[in-house]
Amino acid sequence: MFHKEKSIQLKNSASALYNNLSVLRIAPRRLTYFTVVHANVVNMVSTSWDGLNYSHRQLQSKEPNVATSTSLIMQAAFCALPSRDLLVVSSQKGIQMYESDGSIMVYWHALDTPEAPTAHAVFARGISAVSDNYVCVGVSSGAVLVFDVPSKGSNITLSEVLEEHKEAITDIASECSGSQECLANLVTADDGGNMCVWKSGEEFQLLNKIPGLDMTCSSVKLWKGTVLAGYGTGQIRLYEAVTGILHAEVNAHARWIYSLDIAPFSGLLLSAAEDSFVRVWHLSITPETNSVEIAHLHNECVTDTQICGAKFCDGDGYAFAVTGYDLSEIIRYVQS
Amino acid sequence: MSTRTLPLLFINLGGEMLYILDQRLRAQNIPADKAKKVSTVPAWIEEDRKRVMNDIITTMFNKKFLEELFKPQELYSKKALRTVFDRLAHASIMRLNQASMDKLYDLMTMAFKYQVLLCPRPKDILLVSFNHMDAIKDFVKDTPSILSQVDETYQQLIEMYTPLSNGEFQLIRQTLLIFFQDMHIRVSIFLKDKVQNSNGRFVLPTNGPVPRGTQIPGMIRIFSCSGEELTRLQFNNGGNYSSALREGSFEMFGNRVTKLGTNMYSVSRPVETHMSGTSKSSAQHTKVNAAPNPLAKEELNLLARLMGGLEVQKPGSTDTGFRVNLFATDEEEEEALISRPNELSYGVISIQATKDQQANAELTKIMGEFTESGDPSSSASSKGDDLLAMMDGL
Repeated sequence: MFHKEKSIQLKNSASALYNNLSVLRIAPRRLTYFTVVHANVVNMVSTSWDGLNYSHRQLQSKEPNVATSTSLIMQAAFCALPSRDLLVVSSQKGIQMYESDGSIMVYWHALDTPEAPTAHAVFARGISAVSDNYVCVGVSSGAVLVFDVPSKGSNITLSEVLEEHKEAITDIASECSGSQECLANLVTADDGGNMCVWKSGEEFQLLNKIPGLDMTCSSVKLWKGTVLAGYGTGQIRLYEAVTGILHAEVNAHARWIYSLDIAPFSGLLLSAAEDSFVRVWHLSITPETNSVEIAHLHNECVTDTQICGAKFCDGDGYAFAVTGYDLSEIIRYVQS
Repeated sequence: MSTRTLPLLFINLGGEMLYILDQRLRAQNIPADKAKKVSTVPAWIEEDRKRVMNDIITTMFNKKFLEELFKPQELYSKKALRTVFDRLAHASIMRLNQASMDKLYDLMTMAFKYQVLLCPRPKDILLVSFNHMDAIKDFVKDTPSILSQVDETYQQLIEMYTPLSNGEFQLIRQTLLIFFQDMHIRVSIFLKDKVQNSNGRFVLPTNGPVPRGTQIPGMIRIFSCSGEELTRLQFNNGGNYSSALREGSFEMFGNRVTKLGTNMYSVSRPVETHMSGTSKSSAQHTKVNAAPNPLAKEELNLLARLMGGLEVQKPGSTDTGFRVNLFATDEEEEEALISRPNELSYGVISIQATKDQQANAELTKIMGEFTESGDPSSSASSKGDDLLAMMDGL
């Protein structure tokens, strides 16, 4: 169903972090950007669709005007808003937002870091664009920061802090089916597997809480009103966002899941874990009849690698890319 | 990232170090009547070996040191941690040449990296730590004073780590994996056992028992809105998995179940590493090292306290000293030192291992100067490096 294509070499290897791969497709310029985190550096590669041109850039997590140390980066993710694309980098010290090509930093938000290290680590993790003008980023305290992003310029402001979670945020996702009918358009997940479902707006509204079973939800997606959640136990669960009804449960992987992705136009789901496997599934969801179906389509084994990132390269799921711990390349697969 | 990683890193690396030293000491046990020619490798007797192990373990579990270690903090840089272990390895009458110390450290780190990678669940790292602790306890079982230090440490570990959630353990694991990033030194015993490939990467099997709490992959269950199961589907998981083993004990005693962290060396299995073929992949790992570390000051404080308070054996002349060689012959050891690729050097701070009053005073003065001038200029981090460089000159 899929076959391996030429890999993209990286300047350094991927770190073992959840959701450690982000992809942005820029159709007008026939380019795709990839970002992979290595400790305190974000590796960016820009590839042309004809496969002939590659250019690399590295972003360090450095805070302006504060002369300090290295700060480890937890995640780097592209946020595609109707008016602009941003690259958001979340680290132990705070949140940086760049233009999508990484050329200019447009915003910096510092986290409240204590004077001396405390037993609970402080960091930002979990990044998603929501609706037309918001970017949400999670924090280790469980808070979710909501930033209001104007259509251009650097006048980004912190609009709200959502405080429902008690444990560190792991991942955040927004409704990606393009449908305007969905009531919920944001889901946030934490270390305990608890999830909150929201509706964005000037004041974000909490619609539902889905309790975790004390097992980390490391990666989450929201599609056609259904929450797709990947857990440390290797399970994938599908919940109806607004009601919390469990639609499906898959014993998908033998180790901790690190990444889930969905191709919104086709309903293809990608899951990747520490067990070296990437699996492709097909989802069909009919909100009107409340029916959900999930079928397994394909496996890829990346030998001797603990996978930390897997993303579709396009909305149909025609191609996907994979990163692994200690691997200095992005492996690509394309439909046969 | 996680501020609770250092104790686990230290105890596990320390445990591996003890396994290797114990093996070498036993291997170099030469009966007195079979005296060798000009060998500088001495005849170790049972007593000497026990003494060395006791001395090192006493130092490792020094109360003040452990107190410092267990405080919430970021991980030390590779350089600082290596220096701590250098010091630890010399806490007895035993002496190691640079090449042997390098090799010892390579083996320790690759062994723990392997254990961290292969832990089925992040919290199994605690079971690995208990395996090391169990073995250490066995090394000193005849010495009650040290035994009580070890027991206290068990308590501290249990107190600190058993309440942590799975997510917090995964953060610890991720922090450790960043520390071990890009290390692919090939270890003979791993290559022979086929747990490491010739490119230095560990074998991650897609068979065997699943972790506790995980189901064997293969089943899809679909539910109705009222919660009843509508359909069950099977898929091919591409591996060959079996059910989880029973839970290991997280208490002071008990069967840990996992073999990770137990002693894999024995007298007949030599400890070798291969330098060739590793330079390409290891070249990248210095990137993270080179980044400025603001905690260099903290690390050096700790080092200073460690050095100040500890009894050091006078090295004496190397001819009569109790030298341990990690290689098969002296010639091999010399050769290894010369041919070690630059990028694999640990940049060790050479600290004179003597309780020299003057040297100590110098050091204290330098430390004092450093703490006073706390201006947060952009060279704050390079100050740490300067200090480290200064110490080289001591």
